[in-house]
Parts: sequence; structure tokens; C-alpha cells
Amino acid sequence: MNLLPAAVAEVIYLAAAVCFILALKGLSSPRGARRGNLLGALGAAIAVVTVLLSTDFRGANLAFVLGSVGIGSAVAVPAARRVKMTEMPQLVAIFNGVGGGAAAVVGVIELAEWMGTEPGAVATTATAFAILVGSTSLLGSILTYFKLQGTITSRPIVVPFAAPLMVAALVAGVGVGVAVALTGNVWLGVVLMAVGLAFGALLVLPVGGADVPIVISLLNAFTGLTVAASGWAMSNTLLLVAGTLVGASGSILTIAMATAMGRSVTGILFGALKGGSTAGSTQTSDRPVRRAQAEDVAITLAYANKVVVVPGYGLAVAQAQHVVAELVTALRARGVDAVYGIHPVAGRMPGHMNVLLAEANVPYELLVEADDINAAMPSTDVVVVVGANDVVNPAARTDPGAPIYGMPIINADQAGQTIFLKRSMRPGFAGIENELLFSEKTQVLFGDAKESLTNVVGALKEV
Amino acid sequence: MSGITILTLFVLTAFVGVEVVSKVSSTLHTPLMSGANAIHGIILVGAIAVTAHATEPWLIVLGSLATLLATVNLVGGFVVTDRMLEMFSGRPKQPQRESEMAGDPR
Repeated sequence: MNLLPAAVAEVIYLAAAVCFILALKGLSSPRGARRGNLLGALGAAIAVVTVLLSTDFRGANLAFVLGSVGIGSAVAVPAARRVKMTEMPQLVAIFNGVGGGAAAVVGVIELAEWMGTEPGAVATTATAFAILVGSTSLLGSILTYFKLQGTITSRPIVVPFAAPLMVAALVAGVGVGVAVALTGNVWLGVVLMAVGLAFGALLVLPVGGADVPIVISLLNAFTGLTVAASGWAMSNTLLLVAGTLVGASGSILTIAMATAMGRSVTGILFGALKGGSTAGSTQTSDRPVRRAQAEDVAITLAYANKVVVVPGYGLAVAQAQHVVAELVTALRARGVDAVYGIHPVAGRMPGHMNVLLAEANVPYELLVEADDINAAMPSTDVVVVVGANDVVNPAARTDPGAPIYGMPIINADQAGQTIFLKRSMRPGFAGIENELLFSEKTQVLFGDAKESLTNVVGALKEV
Repeated sequence: MSGITILTLFVLTAFVGVEVVSKVSSTLHTPLMSGANAIHGIILVGAIAVTAHATEPWLIVLGSLATLLATVNLVGGFVVTDRMLEMFSGRPKQPQRESEMAGDPR
């Protein structure tokens, strides 16, 4: 259509880039986070309208573009609006993957369009990078989706000869990448895409359990860098700035998440390849535990002074947020000092539990973060663990062989008593047994979290 | 743009990206990841640009595919982030009412 001159488009892109910087700035503090996100969306919308108005379309290509944008929106909006908050990490993973895939495909198209011209070494190098890393992000993200969804096991999968294969894929990636950069050949670009996909699989398969979200964050940073490389190749400042922002902030975020869990990023990616730390099983344990009934639990809680509820993913899956809020409210009405102890990685992602409890309108002041709740643990009478396992597992402190070793936990074992609400004796996401379950201070109330909590709330009225 | 201009822009932007999120609390890790994720969906602008002057049918198909994928990333990313943040902002009002109902002395 070419209604906007290129210089005007450039200025609008600059404005959109500023919107993105302000969006990230807003998202990093609770105040103004939502406004920040909306500002980012506004920037993106302006940029898309600008590219439509400032580009010459050939024939029916505009119709194809508008059709694709329409179908994409029609798929994305309902998916984003309807996804259960418990399944949100999977959706973020998929959105990241398709972004990486889009950038890789754009790279291949660029190579094809450059055929017979001299694009320059910088442009072909950046394009080769975009194709390789974009396709790594694509398949890597799809596999994290399946791991979180439970379609494939969340435990580390180490394929035979994983380490040599990884090195081979890396060497092939660099080799073919250099060939693409030198020749600009589109078919080599397609081969490079295949290598990138293979590398993505090799990178993500050995990652297990609670480390998966950190890998999503890392792949998010990868996609950012891919988009930056596309901007470099196409001399588009907006793509360059937006991609670099995400690449840089995503890397910092990945490190922050890993630190919050007491892990190193290289340990997460390559730990399983070295062997050793993959101990664990999904077998149901047959060791005896002390079973409790709802009535026992109600009495224990009613006569406690201080109670801490530790919610986990199991609570969210059972949709028990509202009942747990009812229990805490009832206890507080009786004068029991009941609060929630929130582990930073409770749920499936750092901060995920805050999102899930916010959905259930749980009062904000009652959510106490791990460090503060741990300081109060020795003076706590009862800890109620609802559908959480790994975040209270003392093995993180005591067993160097455990996959969660070094992860900060909520020290439920230091409280007077622990009550576990569990569906079965199956271990949690990390696939390891929890010694705390077999402690003499522990009682286990088996069943669906929602049902068990409803029974406890009912029994509490009789006490 | 010259290579050096692009490199300068790249390095400076990387510093901005690091600065902007360096002190984020773990409570906001998930929305921030999701929001950053939405922003790289702006590859849509690149996808539209390369599709615009594609001549061969297979390139138009690939371009439409890239446009579709990028749209899903961009639009879905912003919508799901907004949904998460909507819940965060709804929180402060609620406790007042709940503690009143429960007769909480505080």
C-alpha cells in the first residue's frame, strides 16, 4: 500500500520500541504491571499497522497476510482466555516455541528471496543464527509443553550417547551455519533448520522436574536473540531492539529463577548428561505412614496457636483454592494464627502459586514468602501441606544425590506437626520420596484435596 | 544501516534489557516471562515484510505460516499476561471484605 513513507515508519518503530522498554519496566514491579503490559500490546499493534501501511504488497499477498493474522488471532485469543491457570506454563512454552519457529521460517524465506543477489556476509550470518536458534527454540519449547502436560515424563530422558550426540549437533550446527553464512544457499538453510530442531530436542529431553520452567525462560531468551538477529539481517530497528531486550532480560530472568531454586543453569542443562543426579522414581512407596481422618486433623488445627498452610500444584489441580481459603478463614475466626507459606516455585513456575491463589481471591497479606515463613517455623504448631511435596522435602538440604538438592525449601520438618493432604503415595514432580512423610510428627490425610479440605472444614464446626 | 550502527544499538539495548529487570521479585517471574515472550512476537513485523514481496507460491505459503505463528505468539502472549496481571491487581480489595465476614479482630 505504501501509504507511509519509510522515514515515518522508522519513527513509529522507535515509538513502539520505547513502548516495549516501558512494558518490561512496568512488568518488573507489581505497581503498573498491567498498564505496562497493555502499553507493550499497544506498541505491537501500532508496529503491525505501520508495516502493513508502509510495505508494497505483491498482488494477493496482502490477502494472505491478513488471513494469517486473522486465523492466528482467532486461535490465540480463545486459547489465552480459556486456558486454566494451572496449565498456563504450558501455554507460555507453546507461544514461545511458535515465535521461535516464525523467526526460523522468516530466515529461510529471506535466503530464498536473496537468491541471485549479494546480501552481504553480516545479513547471511545473522540469518543463519536466526534459523538455527529459532528452530532450537521451536522444538525445545514443544517438548517442554509435553513435559509439563505430562504427555511425556517430566523426569530426565537421557538418550543413548546423549553427550556425543549433543557435541555432534553443535558441531553440525556451527558447520552448516558457517556454510549458510558464506553461500546464502536456501537448501542449506533448510538443513540448518533440521539441525536446530535436533539440537532443541537434545537440549530439553535431559531436563527434568522442577527445572523445566527455567528452561522455558532460557528458550524465551533464545527466541529473543533470534528475533534480534532477524532485525539485524533485515535492518529493522524494531526487531533488533525488541529481540535484544527479550534476549537480555530473559537471560537475567533465567539466572534469577535458577538462583531462587539454588541451581546453576549449566547444571540444569547438562547435569543429567553427567549422570548421578537423576535418582528418583515414580514408584508408589509401600512404607507405612500415619493415616489421619478429617476429624483428627480438625481437632489438631483447632487447638493449635499457629498454623501454616503450604499450598502446592496439587491444590490448584483439585481446584481447592476456595476451600483452603475457607479453612484458613474459619481457623482465624477461632483465633488461630493461620497463614499461607508460599514457596517461590510452588506450582509449575516461579511465582505461579501467587497467580493461582490470586485467582481464588486469597487475601494478599496472608501469603508469607519462604524466608519469612521459615524464620517462624520452629514456633509453628502445625504445617498443613496441601498437594505439595518437593517444596517441603528435607532431601533438598540433606541428600546431595537428590535432584532437588540445594533448592531452598519450606522447613516444614521444623514445625511441631505436619499434616499432608495427598491423593496417593506417589512422589511429586521431581520424582523422589519425601522422608518427612514417614516422620512420627507427620499425619497423612489421603484423598482429593478439595474433598479432604471440605471434610476438615465441616469437622471443624463440630469441634 | 552500517554494521557498526547495528552493533551499537544491539549492545546498548542489551544493557537496557538487563537494567530494566535486574531487581525483579520472584512473585513476578511468571508474568514477566510471559510478557517478554509476547514482545518477541513482534517478529510478526518481519514475517509480514518478507511475505509482502514473495513471488513463488511456496514462499507465500511459508510466509503465511510464519505470519500465523508470529501472530499466535504476539496476540496470545499479551492476552495471557494481561489475564495473569488482572488477578494480581484484584487482590488488595478482597481481604478487607473477607476479614469482616469472618469477624477477624484485626
